[in-house]
Amino acid sequence: MAAFGGALPWARRMIVEQRRWMTNEEFNETFALSQFLPGPNVINFSVVFGARFGGAAGAAVALAGLLGPPVVIVSALAVLYEHFGGVETLSQILAGITAAATGLLIAVVAKMATPMFLKRWNSAPVFALLAFTGVAVMQWPLPYVCLGLMPFSIAFAWFRR
Amino acid sequence: MKSPLTALAGYFALLSLFAVGGANAAIPEMHRMSVEVMHWMSDRQFADMFAISQVSPGPNVIIVTLIGYHVAGMVGAAVATAAMCGPTCLLAFFVSRTWDRVKGARWRMAIQTGLVPLSLGLIGASAFVLARSADHNIYAGLITAVTAVMAFFTRVNPLWVFGAAGVVGLTGWL
Repeated sequence: MAAFGGALPWARRMIVEQRRWMTNEEFNETFALSQFLPGPNVINFSVVFGARFGGAAGAAVALAGLLGPPVVIVSALAVLYEHFGGVETLSQILAGITAAATGLLIAVVAKMATPMFLKRWNSAPVFALLAFTGVAVMQWPLPYVCLGLMPFSIAFAWFRR
Repeated sequence: MKSPLTALAGYFALLSLFAVGGANAAIPEMHRMSVEVMHWMSDRQFADMFAISQVSPGPNVIIVTLIGYHVAGMVGAAVATAAMCGPTCLLAFFVSRTWDRVKGARWRMAIQTGLVPLSLGLIGASAFVLARSADHNIYAGLITAVTAVMAFFTRVNPLWVFGAAGVVGLTGWL
């Protein structure tokens, strides 16, 4: 299951359109769940998806299929990087890619933030900004920031209906 | 002194349970730990590994495989990857079995909507930390800005952008 630039669009095409393993709603439902769970989303997705079809064995197979080949490839890259990481040409290319990848991430954040910040009387932007400040500006450890904010964020979501 | 393998395993296992918003949300914490706390690598090396994980096929989380390899070789790569994926996989497996049954429950909605702003803030923090590592000069900053605007308004394939940015990098301006 090799997919560049995030596996999800590709997964949707295969699972919903080509193999018809799931309807579009089922896919969205599974995707929402895997996004909300902590940890890598695609990994969660493969586990939830696999479990739905074949229980624990299905989950294990889906996970191995998703993670196996990329881990082998990236391990090879890791070996190469340890040897050639100091080469100027390589580090120049990587500098360009990092700058672009950062830009892509900013676009993702902007897309996520637009609907949230446009809604009025909404506590979500406050929690987003607090999480950002805690991790990026104060550089506090992630588990503390999460544990500190989660109860309040969930409580606000509970009462705002 | 703790052995590097125990440190990798414990650290990534913990991180995997708090990475609300996926691997990209965990970047600042990985950076803080690998560069500032444990001194496993330089800022530049971390940024390089992020770049490699982005252009490699497969999920972005494989940056932990690179970090693991750097710290403790092949065993480190395996340990870090398993630790980052294991706990969250077990959680996903058990939650998926109960989640469908509580579809309309109010607490389920509250948890779901309550976590979205946190993941947004964390991914925003990732972008911030990466920009600080990557954008050392005006040209790198320009690439970041152009990519951000382009990706926001169009649906361009990231691989083309990475290719172009890599070529710009070759000029040595960055």
